[in-house]
Amino acid sequence: MTAAFLSRGGRSPVRPVKVVASVAAGVVLLLVLPYLLAPYQTLLLTYGLVMAIAALGFNLLLGYTGLLSFGHSAFFGVGAYAVAFMVKYLDLASMELFIVGATVASALVTALFGLVCVRYTRIFFSILTLALSQVLWSLAFKFFWVTGGTDGLRVPTPRLLGRAVAASEDKTTFLVHAYYTYVLVLFLACVALMWVIVNSPFGKALQAIRDNETRAEFVGVQIWRYRWIAFMVSGVFTGLAGALWVPLNGLTTPDILYWPFSGEIVFMAVLGGFRTFTGPIIGAIVFNYLKTYAVGFTVYWQLLLGVILVTLVLALPTGITGSAGQLLARLRRAA
Amino acid sequence: MGIILIHILNALLYASVLFLIAGGLSLIYGVMRIVNLAHGNLYAIGAYVTAWVVGQWLVGAPTVVLYLLIPAGALAAAAAGAIIEPTLLRRFYKRAEEYQLLVTFGLLMILEDVVRFIWGPYPLSASVLWSELGSIAIGDALYPTYNLLVIAVGGVAAAFLWVFVYRTRFGVVLRAASQDMRMAAALGINVNRVYVQAFTLGCFMAGLAGAIIVPSQSAVLGMSVDALILAFIVVVIGGLGSLEGALVGALVVGVVREAGIALFPEIELALLYLIAAIVLLVRPAGLFGRTA
Repeated sequence: MTAAFLSRGGRSPVRPVKVVASVAAGVVLLLVLPYLLAPYQTLLLTYGLVMAIAALGFNLLLGYTGLLSFGHSAFFGVGAYAVAFMVKYLDLASMELFIVGATVASALVTALFGLVCVRYTRIFFSILTLALSQVLWSLAFKFFWVTGGTDGLRVPTPRLLGRAVAASEDKTTFLVHAYYTYVLVLFLACVALMWVIVNSPFGKALQAIRDNETRAEFVGVQIWRYRWIAFMVSGVFTGLAGALWVPLNGLTTPDILYWPFSGEIVFMAVLGGFRTFTGPIIGAIVFNYLKTYAVGFTVYWQLLLGVILVTLVLALPTGITGSAGQLLARLRRAA
Repeated sequence: MGIILIHILNALLYASVLFLIAGGLSLIYGVMRIVNLAHGNLYAIGAYVTAWVVGQWLVGAPTVVLYLLIPAGALAAAAAGAIIEPTLLRRFYKRAEEYQLLVTFGLLMILEDVVRFIWGPYPLSASVLWSELGSIAIGDALYPTYNLLVIAVGGVAAAFLWVFVYRTRFGVVLRAASQDMRMAAALGINVNRVYVQAFTLGCFMAGLAGAIIVPSQSAVLGMSVDALILAFIVVVIGGLGSLEGALVGALVVGVVREAGIALFPEIELALLYLIAAIVLLVRPAGLFGRTA
């Protein structure tokens, strides 16, 4: 029994060299994909990566802290609207400034919401996050002279690192190449950052709170403060995803603040498997393809997605990663 | 004076419908400890079925018959509930809350499209029942008589439920089951039967709300999600699992909405959510709830 075996909690042995090699291969593949795929496919992948950042942030609460938020549309929306406001009222076009602005805005909103929400757990936490997110939705909906109401606000393609869209370049080429790479780099940075967070003492404390609140408190973990910080980190990741989503979509409407959108984020985490680190990432990318093709395939796409969700919860509660892991383990035992 | 009276009547109209929806949601939570995100869809089913029966299927039938057929929507919603509980929800009572929320969210998506599949994307109306009754003069303004009928139905339903829950044997069983399910089961109560009865009754109330309101508004897609959010506010203010709470919460929301639409239309909804958030902060279990 090797040390690596022990550190994986009795799971299959994984050599670090192998992990580094497969991660590097994955990154290289992601970098060359725009040259291999049709532009539309790359666009879909970009949407998927953006949603993966949101789901990654969301899962810090559900998977690692044990809090089910039904209000993450609020933070996604705050990020998106922060960018739209910077375009409309400050006449800015720099993506870096957008990211800073969206991060600050979502940090402020999550700090405020978090103060209220983390005092509760279980169903009350879910309802409270839902109710607060709908305050923002109704404001975006009703104050149409500020937010554009249901028409939303348009956001043109931004400048990346000071470089604008060249006159020779059309918008699709820009989104598929420059913007995709930009999103990919930020996505990888977010994954690395989240990996560090969940494996830090802070992340371990969150998991301790999730597993047994009373014991965690006895060990000296200040529960509400840890939950509050986790809530903020989670919200800022989702806000960043909102900021990256707007230029891609070109438009932000109150729909992304409405609570069924929060439901979609929850769906992603569960689809991928919220008990694993990679689950929400895979779930978000797969969900994005699933929804796009379901919408294209039938007007009854909600029915299709609903059936998938119910089946998932009934038969595969560990999601894609959990079920794949079980399948692999069974195959290995059979071999 | 007449204007104020009309505002009060409008607030009561909202409150009646909301009480029926939220009361059903609360009843189901009280007995099964499950928050049904698809509850608004049962309200929509009630509205669509009644609108279809009255406005399409039996159009031209004697008006008296049509008035008597209003409860058809409520019965359809109850039937849907009687199917959903034993086949789907029952597997989830022992599982974590996130799975319960997820399965009802999936159910919401399914029912939303089932309604679209059956009745199509266009609004369905039963306005003949609304216009047939005309309006009555209140002060120097006119008020639709049908709205008074809705308020009356809401009041009668509240009274009927109170008698049902506090004065019948079934009510005793229901309250016993919601207080301590294991003890109730140990005393020989058929728990599964109580579950399906309570769920069916909750769905009946939601369906009745949809059925009585549809002559004055049309049945449209998306009505379920809007109704669910308002019902949430009602039960958060009143307390999940409490019928008295649902009544008080519905009155609060009815008054705030009516005042909001007249005085501060932009922040009317935001104000409702804020009231709900403040109540949760001050009394986490709601005004009439008990802590779990």
